[in-house]
Amino acid sequence: MTRQIKIDPITRIEGHAKISIHLDEQGFVDNAYFHVTQFRGFEKFAEGRPFYEMPSLMARTCGICPVAHLIAGAKACDDLFAVQIPRTARNLRRVMNLAQIMQSHALSFFYLSSPDLLLGMDADPETRNIFGVLKEFPQLGKEGIRLRQIGQQIIESLGSKRIHPSWVVPGGVNAPLTEEHRDEILSHLPEAKQIAVKTLEFFKSRIDQFQPEIKTFGNFPSLFMGLIDSEGNLEHYNGLLRIVDSAGNIIVDNYDTLKYFDLIDEAAEPWTYMKFPYYKDMGYPQGMYRVGPLARLNIIDDCGTEVADKELKEFREISKGPVLSSFYYHWARLIEIIFSAERMEQLLLDSDILSKHVRAHAEPNSFDGIGVTEAPRGTLIHHYRIDENGLIKWVNLIIATGHNNLTMNRAITQVAKNFVHSDNLQEGMLNRVEAIIRAFDPCLSCSTHAVGQMAMRVQLFSPDGELLDELKRG
Amino acid sequence: MSPQTVKIKTLKIDGIDLSARGGETILKVAQENGIWIPTLCNLDGLSPVGACRLCIVEIAGSPKVHPACVTEIYEGMEVITQSERLNRYRRMIIELLYSERAHICAVCVSNGHCELQSLAKVLGVTSIRFPHLIENHRVDASHDRFLKDDNRCVLCGRCVRVCHEIEGAHTWDFMGRGITSMMITDLNQPWGESESCTRCGKCVHVCPTGALIEKGVSVAEMAKRRQFLPYLKMMREGENK
Repeated sequence: MTRQIKIDPITRIEGHAKISIHLDEQGFVDNAYFHVTQFRGFEKFAEGRPFYEMPSLMARTCGICPVAHLIAGAKACDDLFAVQIPRTARNLRRVMNLAQIMQSHALSFFYLSSPDLLLGMDADPETRNIFGVLKEFPQLGKEGIRLRQIGQQIIESLGSKRIHPSWVVPGGVNAPLTEEHRDEILSHLPEAKQIAVKTLEFFKSRIDQFQPEIKTFGNFPSLFMGLIDSEGNLEHYNGLLRIVDSAGNIIVDNYDTLKYFDLIDEAAEPWTYMKFPYYKDMGYPQGMYRVGPLARLNIIDDCGTEVADKELKEFREISKGPVLSSFYYHWARLIEIIFSAERMEQLLLDSDILSKHVRAHAEPNSFDGIGVTEAPRGTLIHHYRIDENGLIKWVNLIIATGHNNLTMNRAITQVAKNFVHSDNLQEGMLNRVEAIIRAFDPCLSCSTHAVGQMAMRVQLFSPDGELLDELKRG
Repeated sequence: MSPQTVKIKTLKIDGIDLSARGGETILKVAQENGIWIPTLCNLDGLSPVGACRLCIVEIAGSPKVHPACVTEIYEGMEVITQSERLNRYRRMIIELLYSERAHICAVCVSNGHCELQSLAKVLGVTSIRFPHLIENHRVDASHDRFLKDDNRCVLCGRCVRVCHEIEGAHTWDFMGRGITSMMITDLNQPWGESESCTRCGKCVHVCPTGALIEKGVSVAEMAKRRQFLPYLKMMREGENK
């Protein structure tokens, strides 16, 4: 008799999803599925709208990382203009994107995942949340909140709004940076860097206790994809695509993002609203790849900043080739926060950063526009087509979380097989299945689940739909 | 009007004793005396039409509410501009306007510069009780400089009046009736193909929302300039004397 376990909803992730675990006749895990249960329709309802609304309209996809969508959308519009935007505008957008990465990574690490990492996978779900962390590790918890605040404040200093600023516009940004704001941002960066370095040290000191998780949390070969700059360094705003295989061989390099569709195709499955992008040359589903912090650190030659490069060196000692376990997304995320602080400092000390020339004005010169950027969770692709009057005819969005769909499904199956046993359902087993999803930090929409609620329901079904067992919490 | 024929009327607005010229409207007298009454279709420099009904006021002795922009004052009149009933009606008007079209402020080029939005804020409209119609009106982007988005239109008719009364082109007009009313250019032709349009852009700048806008602006950037209107009108009247 085969049975099914459902985890619905998954908590402490951004968006709505459930997991179903299918058991075989002996009660062992046969397969597990990650179902994204929400449907948004952004590609469809943008049709007919003027193109210049797109950055702001698409930013509404998400309240956590709206900046990534703003920037990808604005870049797609720059491509419709077919112009080069001013250098200062590019660098200002870069700073905002890095601030966004800092705050989003802090959210993922401290608010969503640190309860599992610090209090333990089997801790009481009543206290396994950010408040539990604040009680047990008050200093670290506070610093995590402060780090996120710094990221958000930088976004506000630039765009006068923390969430959904309309400062990033087609052609550049709509206001130059003032000296006062530059100095204010610069004054916060050393603190951000210090918090990230300290947290990373703390994380590394505790990593040994997670050996069972490291071995099974999405620990398998896959491709890794992300952007690099012309020198092979970490680049989140404007770069070229690189794909590395699980042995560390570069199989695609310096690939023009405007031809992404020659590299990637998307498959759909009837049981989830999220599509499955795959690397075309290897087909579906073999062309499975990962994006995001782990993938970025796996593909680059160097970060390009001092402390981050030092940390990258140590990170690379984990394995000979690319780091394969998705548990290390957490580690990579902390290195990227350090990089963000360092890179922002470099950019803000650039002599041109206060230039008043921050916007190119043009009319659409092309009917097809593509914008590719690195969002906190990975490569983000916006692709628009417009009619001769500038109204949107067609939109294709490939979101970072989408790229990871195949690997996330593979990873939860691996975790479930190792930790879930149907004869003795334990809450901590199921939390590990959720925790691997949290390691990928998927952004399924614009909302986080309220902390403390932890409403999770697990049901065991017989093949004919009869409810055999139920486990509730929250 | 020569000074000899002016008749001064005395009246009360919100309990304040006032005197004003006969023939003036309640709205005009209120504005001259710094008393705020919400307006939307009305615009200084254009003839009043009483279309939006946001300027409704109560008059002692009348059970009805009256649009202040088109109601003339009379001797002994007692006007109330703020009451629970008036505010309830005004909020309902705003809610109905919001529910009729897709007024999505957050992604609108007029966000932060929109009269509908600021009225909603001032009148305390925080949510819309009525189901939205959710009709997808086609955006007319055929004009090389301007764009019409019926999804953001409140049918105030300012564009019709400014085009007819000030520019003299009468490119704009209404089509249909009631809830199916739409703004059209010429004989419902695309704006870009209009033969009467002089491309002056007055309609864009008098439009209270993001329905008529300039191309090339981004979200929250479409601030409108209306200062020209009273001066333009004054100069034209001067010429005719």
